This record gives sequence, C-alpha cells and structure tokens, in this order.
Amino acid sequence: MHREESLESQSMSALAEKLGAPSAWRRALSPTGNTGDGVFRILMLLVALLMVGVVVAMVIALAVEAMPSIRQFGFSFLRGHAWNPIKGDFGALPFIYGTVASSLIALLISVPLSLGIAIFLVEQAPHYIARPVGFLVELLAAIPSVVYGLWGIFVLAPFARQYVYPVLQQLFGWTPFFRGTITGIGLLTGGIILAIMVTPIISAVVRDVLAAVPGSQREAALALGATKWEMIRVVLVNGAPGIAGAVILGLGRALGETMAVTMVIGNRPEVSLSLFDPSYTIASAIANEFTEATGDLYLSALVELGLILFLVTFIVNGIARVLVWNVTRRTGGVGRAA
Amino acid sequence: MANYDRIRRANSAFMTTLTGLCTLLAVGALIIILAHIAWQGIGSLNWQFLIDRPRPVGEGGGIGNAIVGSLLLLLISSAFGLPLGICVGVYLSEIGRGRLGGAVRFIVDTLTGIPSIVTGVFVYAIMVVPTKHFSALAGGVALALIMIPIVARTTEEMLKLVPHSLREGALALGAPQWRVTVGVVIPAAASGIATGAMLAIARVSGETAPLLFTAFGSRFFPESLNQPIASLTVQIYNYAISPYDEWHAQAWAATLVLMTLVLGINIIVRFLTRKKF
Repeated sequence: MHREESLESQSMSALAEKLGAPSAWRRALSPTGNTGDGVFRILMLLVALLMVGVVVAMVIALAVEAMPSIRQFGFSFLRGHAWNPIKGDFGALPFIYGTVASSLIALLISVPLSLGIAIFLVEQAPHYIARPVGFLVELLAAIPSVVYGLWGIFVLAPFARQYVYPVLQQLFGWTPFFRGTITGIGLLTGGIILAIMVTPIISAVVRDVLAAVPGSQREAALALGATKWEMIRVVLVNGAPGIAGAVILGLGRALGETMAVTMVIGNRPEVSLSLFDPSYTIASAIANEFTEATGDLYLSALVELGLILFLVTFIVNGIARVLVWNVTRRTGGVGRAA
Repeated sequence: MANYDRIRRANSAFMTTLTGLCTLLAVGALIIILAHIAWQGIGSLNWQFLIDRPRPVGEGGGIGNAIVGSLLLLLISSAFGLPLGICVGVYLSEIGRGRLGGAVRFIVDTLTGIPSIVTGVFVYAIMVVPTKHFSALAGGVALALIMIPIVARTTEEMLKLVPHSLREGALALGAPQWRVTVGVVIPAAASGIATGAMLAIARVSGETAPLLFTAFGSRFFPESLNQPIASLTVQIYNYAISPYDEWHAQAWAATLVLMTLVLGINIIVRFLTRKKF
C-alpha cells in the first residue's frame, strides 16, 4: 500500500515536472518526494507559524487599543505621576515604580534562598532526599497565584504587621525605607509573597545549571585541597551566566505576577520610599480597573500599561533564555528551563 | 596555619548547613500554606456548598456553578490548546530545523513568559470588544493561549526522547515520514505527552488574571458558552476581597477544592513519571 502511494506520488511529481512546476520548490516542501509528507509538513508549519502570528497579533492588538493614550500622552506617559480618570490625566510612573520595587524586593529575598536550595539539592543531599524534597519545592510553583493572595491577606499580612514589621521599624526606622504606619498591606508584603512564588522557579533553573557543571571541576577543586564550600564556589563561578539567566527569568515572572500582588500590595498609585506604604503594580492596575474603566482614554491608558508590561517581559525573558541556553548547551547538560 | 585551616573548615560547615536551612524554609512555607488551607477550608465544606450557587450574605450558598464553569473552561481550552500545542511540539521536534525552527522555539519559549494578565487583555481586544460581551469562549481561548507553549515544549522534549532507531526502522520498512511520526514516534511518546497535557491543565486551572475580563464571572449556572461564566479562581478572588467573614470562609473552602484538583494532578503526574526522571 505504501509502495503504491509512493509510486503514485512519484508519477505525480513527474507529471508536475512535465507541467513545468519547479521541482526544487517541491523538494523543499517534501524532501522525501512523498505527497503525504508535503501535506503533513505544511500543516505542522502552519500551526507553528500560527504561534508566531499570535505574538505579532498581540503587539498589534495592544498597540491599536492603546493608540488614543499613546497619541494623547506620548513618552510623557512613562514619567507622569497623575492617575486621574475623572480629569483624564494618566501617567505610568507610580505603577512602573511599584512593579520594579516589588520585583527587586522579591529577588533580594529569593535569590540567596534559591541558591541555597539548589546547592543543597545538587551538591549535598543524597539522591533519596534530593528527589522528594526537590519535588516539594517544585510544588510551591503549582500553587495558584490567587491562593497565595488569599493566604497573603489573611495569614501573612496580619502576622507581619504584628510580629515582623514593628521589629524592622525599631531596627531600621532611621532609614527612609521603614518609616510610616504599619498596616501589613503594602510594598514589602507584596515583595515577600512574590519571593515565595519565584523561589521554586529560580531554584529549579539553578539546579539544572549546577547539574550541568562538569564533575571534573569539582574533582579538581577537591584534589587541590578545597573544602566542600570552596569547591561549591568553584561550581558557582562556572555556572555564573546560567545563574544570572535564572535570576532574570525569575524577574520576568515577578514583573508580570498579578493576583497575589494585587491582593496584598494596597493598590494606591503613589511613589513612596517606605516599604510599609501601599503601592500599585502595572499588572494589578489592569486587573483592578480594567472592567471598571469608563471612557476610551482610561481603557486605552490601561492597555498601554499592558503593552509596556508585554514588551518588558518579552525582552527580559529573551535575555534569560539566551543565558540559560548557553550554559546548559555548552557543557552538554540537558536544559529543562522552567 | 592550623588555625587558618580550622576557620576554613568551620566556614564550610556553616555555609553547607545554611543551604540546608534554606531548603527547610521553602518546604516549611509549603507545609504551612497547605496545612492552613486544609484547616480553614474543611470547616465550610459540605455537600450543599459543592452543588449550590452563590447566595447573598447570610443565606449560605455554594460554588456549584463555579465548579461547573471551571470544568467547562478547562474543556474549551483543552479542545483548542492540546491539539495545537502537540502540533507545535511535533513541528519543533520532527520538522523545524535551522533558523525557522529556532525562531519558532524562541517565540514559544517567550510566550511562556508573557504575563497571563496581558494574554487576558489581548483576548479582550480580539474577542470581547468585537462581540461586545464577556463569554466563556473568550475565557477558554485565553487559557488555551497559556496552555499551548507548555504543551508544545513538553511534547517536543518527549518526542526527542524517542530513540532514533525506531524512526529509522520504520523508514527502512518504506513508511513515509508522516506515517513514521503519526504511527510510530507519537505513540511511543504518548504517555509523556499525556503527562505534559495534564500539567498544562493543572497550571491553567489555577489561572485567575486572564479570566477577569474574558469569562468575567457569574452568579448563576452556565446556560450558554456565549455568556459570562463563573470560575473557581475568580470566585475565590471576589470572596477574598469582600468585607464579609462568611464569604472569606467560603473562599477558603473553594480554595481547598481548587488545591485538591491542582495538587492531585501534580502528584499523579509525579507518580506516573517516577521511573523516567
């Protein structure tokens, strides 16, 4: 049956050549000369191109919807402080500040923690501990964002307000970062929730990166008389670009995280140095105000925020992928990034 | 000299203990969160709560319509997302080589990192604005867009694990490439592709942000896919930010239901793939 098919396709291609169809073009579509292969390849290619199309359509659709706001404010949108739907005056600065600040707090907490977890799982724990414990850490990534938010509102925020933040204020109240009234809802709580959420992501990638560092590096360090920790430092230096990639990947996730942050950050568009004050992120502004936005300009200002978030996360993720790929490929390890 | 050596050893012991503490902290956070959900949620959970629809404060009510809505949304998104995702995976593993293949892989990877709220805004622009109303269909499409890159990447990895000798054997018997892929390679990787699909479903069932302005939410049982539809996650969000204690309790109970679904899938997948990884 197969032979008949291929005979048929051969005669088809002979016919096509007689009719003057370019055979090189045919071969590019179906190197095997089989018609079914050509159809199959074209179908799969179309679906793959559909994905590229979706990304392009995203940029176009967001840009079109954001056009009224882009026309009205231009680049001053990025520096504007105001967020006044009644007057129709919109600026993104408070949201950009809140997004960047909460993500940086998250990374400050999460990066050392994730490095510790990855080192423990790759370099220290025996196999029978590393596997189940690694799975438990990964489960943290399986908890939905809205569940983190719920836990943040009712457990983390009251606990931090009562036991943690007053101590911080006593110790560091002389800096501008820990002043003001403590409500438990604010920038720092948002950052802590984000830290819990990105830790499993960063630690998983760092784990892959460390596992891809060749064993000979470890043996060489130990043979020169290094202690266990000194050996680990050699491994860390070897995996540095990949670790940087993991951190940037975590940053990309933190920048776009929506529900959990929306529920604990306080949602007030103000730029305040104090980490106890309420803040607002780009993602939470969209989540909160999109369905209530009255007027085209208000809505398109929110879409423009979305467009900014899209472009920033796209670039950040692109950089992270390149960094992680380079390490896990160069050393022949198997990259399982995120 | 001996003293310096002792400092180095002490430092090493201290730092390695610290990494263990980091791990303990993360696992501890997981246990605290899960235990709190179980403890808070179990109190409001009963049969009536699981089948009733939301009622005003003080009249009880439940999450029956949200459970049905979430399942419908998962069904719609799987119907779009799984076939498309698998096709992209097949393209990446079996066909796409050179620059175009690399470009598609890069696009799929970055698509994974696009914030889900942005996906929501995009689907709002292309589906809600033209039809002028929120719908279950728009919610399903938004979830499908999140699903596709996850399914595509796991499918690609699973197909690449299939030994080349299998492909060569089938080709040597005279089968064309498409029959080799559809009849030999995909069946050989079927269990892996299925677990990838399950993980994608688990991930998507916890999504809230892309549903806020596509599926929107509803206080009634769904009647048509062209109407706004309730979902567990949006219901949890709305109840969590409400000022009523009764609704807070219901949010915890709904969370317990959601977590049972999400963690259940994750643990089953882990159990099934235990031998492979």
